[in-house]
Amino acid sequence: MNRRILEEKIFKILMLASVFIVMGSLVIIIGLVVFNGGSSLTIEMFTQTSGGGYYLGRGGGILNAILGSLFLALPATALACLIGLGIALYLQREFTHPRISAFIRLSLDILWGIPSIVYGIFCLMIMVFIGIGTSLLAGIIALTLLEIPIITRYMDESIKMVSIELKEGAYSLGSTKFETAVKVVRRQALPGIIAGVLLGLGRGIGDAASILFTAGFSDRIPGSLFDSTAALPTMIYHLYASPYPLVRQRAYAAAFILVVIVLSISIVSRALSKRYTKFVIR
Amino acid sequence: MIKKSDIHIHIETKNLNVYYDNNYVLKNVNIEIPTKQLTAIIGPSGCGKTTLLKSFNRLLDLRDNIKTSGEILVDGENIFDSRVDVPDMRKKMGLLSQKPYPLPMSIYNNVAYGLRIHGKKNAKELDSAVKHYLQEAGLWNEVKDRLHDPASRLSVGQQQRLCLARAIAVEPEVVLCDEPTSALDPIAAQQIEKLLLKLKKEYTVVLVTHTLRQAKRLADHVVFLYFGKVVEQGPADEVFNNPKDPKTKAYIDGDIS
Amino acid sequence: MNKRKLRDFIGTKLMFTVTIFASLLFFAIFLILLYKSIFILETQSIAELLFSSLWNPEKGEFGLYPIIIGTILVTGISLIIAIPISLLSAVYIAEYAPGKIRRVIRPFLDVLAGVPSVVYGLCAFLFLVPLVKDVIAPWFGIESTGLCILTASVTLAIMVFPIIISLCVESFSAIPIELKEASLSVGATKWETVKKVIFRASAPSIISAVLLGFGRAFGETIAVNMVVGGIPRIPSSLLHPGQTLASLIASAYGEMMSVPLYESALMLVALILFVVVLLFNVLAVVVLRRAKRRWSY
Repeated sequence: MNRRILEEKIFKILMLASVFIVMGSLVIIIGLVVFNGGSSLTIEMFTQTSGGGYYLGRGGGILNAILGSLFLALPATALACLIGLGIALYLQREFTHPRISAFIRLSLDILWGIPSIVYGIFCLMIMVFIGIGTSLLAGIIALTLLEIPIITRYMDESIKMVSIELKEGAYSLGSTKFETAVKVVRRQALPGIIAGVLLGLGRGIGDAASILFTAGFSDRIPGSLFDSTAALPTMIYHLYASPYPLVRQRAYAAAFILVVIVLSISIVSRALSKRYTKFVIR
Repeated sequence: MIKKSDIHIHIETKNLNVYYDNNYVLKNVNIEIPTKQLTAIIGPSGCGKTTLLKSFNRLLDLRDNIKTSGEILVDGENIFDSRVDVPDMRKKMGLLSQKPYPLPMSIYNNVAYGLRIHGKKNAKELDSAVKHYLQEAGLWNEVKDRLHDPASRLSVGQQQRLCLARAIAVEPEVVLCDEPTSALDPIAAQQIEKLLLKLKKEYTVVLVTHTLRQAKRLADHVVFLYFGKVVEQGPADEVFNNPKDPKTKAYIDGDIS
Repeated sequence: MNKRKLRDFIGTKLMFTVTIFASLLFFAIFLILLYKSIFILETQSIAELLFSSLWNPEKGEFGLYPIIIGTILVTGISLIIAIPISLLSAVYIAEYAPGKIRRVIRPFLDVLAGVPSVVYGLCAFLFLVPLVKDVIAPWFGIESTGLCILTASVTLAIMVFPIIISLCVESFSAIPIELKEASLSVGATKWETVKKVIFRASAPSIISAVLLGFGRAFGETIAVNMVVGGIPRIPSSLLHPGQTLASLIASAYGEMMSVPLYESALMLVALILFVVVLLFNVLAVVVLRRAKRRWSY
């Protein structure tokens, strides 16, 4: 009897220790980013681009990286969203045989698991083959491919939840399959779709490995789709190992901006899906 | 007719109050449950019967936002006392829930689960104990050839009898039954009822039920609960044939449900 | 009516096209990586590439063995750290913590699952690396720059925590409370219930959570690249630098385009990453199917 209670107590202590380790490490990360990053934020970071001297500690900002991130992630998410919606709607029983959709779901899961560096190197190959090289366009394509499985799986999960009765209702009004999919099912699944899109956006804006080769790096704001561009993650990657403490602080500040963007996306996502849930028929 | 002086009280609540999320679920409940009899707790659904039953072995501890006050005496000992060994106390109270919930393991291991926890490790002893309790639950003949199949493959009625075997395998003193037949078909329900009648010879059985006829068929002692309050309690024939409170009469006549 | 039918036709075909595109993407990546790595596979045998310890791209030597070992070490150690800690935390959060604490912890975990890996790498580089260099390595009497296998593993473990914990908490909370009640009422302690009932009942979810964590750790590029040291040699201790497959690709970019054989070698590395992810996913499907049958409740 005693042994059992002892075991219970030991494991409870271990659990508390684990929670402490997890929360502790996470608090340290947030703390580091907020305190170091927040304290070294300057107005110039948002108004100036990074000149060559920026990495040596001279003046400048990271406007090119902030804008670069947005120029990369927003179009990529929009593209992935369109493609993902098409796939997710098509995976419904009316369009695809369950065995085929099971196979496509499996391949999406595998695509989700593929390291983003593989997407990067794959897109680089394609771009070199076409003859474009590192560019905003290449970065957008890499991010789109990275986001497609994430967004599609999320949409798919919420579309699967749409009840068959609701669809029957739409069909018995004489709607075509496409109309039912786009007008009824999409609306019913909207909260899940939004959550998926914003999750994809968050992943896309934070990913460095896939754009490292494809978008390249540049100190200027990209003027066309064929210019190379910096982005926040690659900017951090360029700044972090600097021997100058001031420059390392800039890496923290860039990380702070990136984390704030990612957090706002997740907050917006929660708020939006709550808001759109009211159109959902239960 | 049992004389009052012969009745030994097994479980007794004193001013038991339970709040759940600011809902006042049980209000000043004072009841007595006699030893080795079948006590039925009756009342309309949502009146706190299940809450009362689950407070007897402190399963309410699992849920958030529950506040309890008062005392529950089992064999004269308050189970809310901090010195009480809760797992040991729970071992004395078997539970049969509304729907059968076999543990995610084989039929054999479902019964052996409690035995192993309480230190019975010897394979031969376990085998014979498992056989014994499955026989007690009237399930042995149906499962003896597939003891190592997952319990989830049994029918619902069989699962419920398996849960009963699991509960009595640790030799409890009380068996708490929370509408154990509500998910079953009539034949499976009848089997459970027969088992309960057999069990009450050896155990104190507390049965929550919302079917009045079941209570009439099985109960020796009845507690009538209405919106968290005990309206009436006493020997079954008295409560059913000669209710003192007009609300009890209305319930028994089917006017309130 | 005709217009609607036309729209239905075009819309359906469009959806069909993107679906085909997605399924083809999978094969396209595989085939292009394979096509590109054939070049190096023609000059050297696969066994030589996988088991030779010599990595000197300038001399045309592409032995991946030390990098594979580095990957196994970093991924393995990160999971050895992450799995027990995450499981115990998940049990605490789902089963022991009062409701208030649970409501604070869960959104916090969601947020942390979304923090970009480059931020984890940055924090590890500026906090963990000096800690390992100045405190932990001297304990063991080893000289270390702090850029080492251990640092990378710990960083990855921290990245994996929120993934495993939130999936496990979700699945523990989904177990019907009656199942826990059943175990408790035969006199089991709470921990016994966790160990014998909850872990079993949620085994499929635990397996998929761990596999997801594995995928994250195995494929993580940037954060590992920032702290692992980037030296393609078999590390003599955990406090020595190493290299992982994913991180190697990131390190070598820029140099690789000039040497065709080098480029092809990196494509082979990418192909290995792809194939391992593929195998693990297929394995997951098989294991989950069996686990679900065995531990259903």
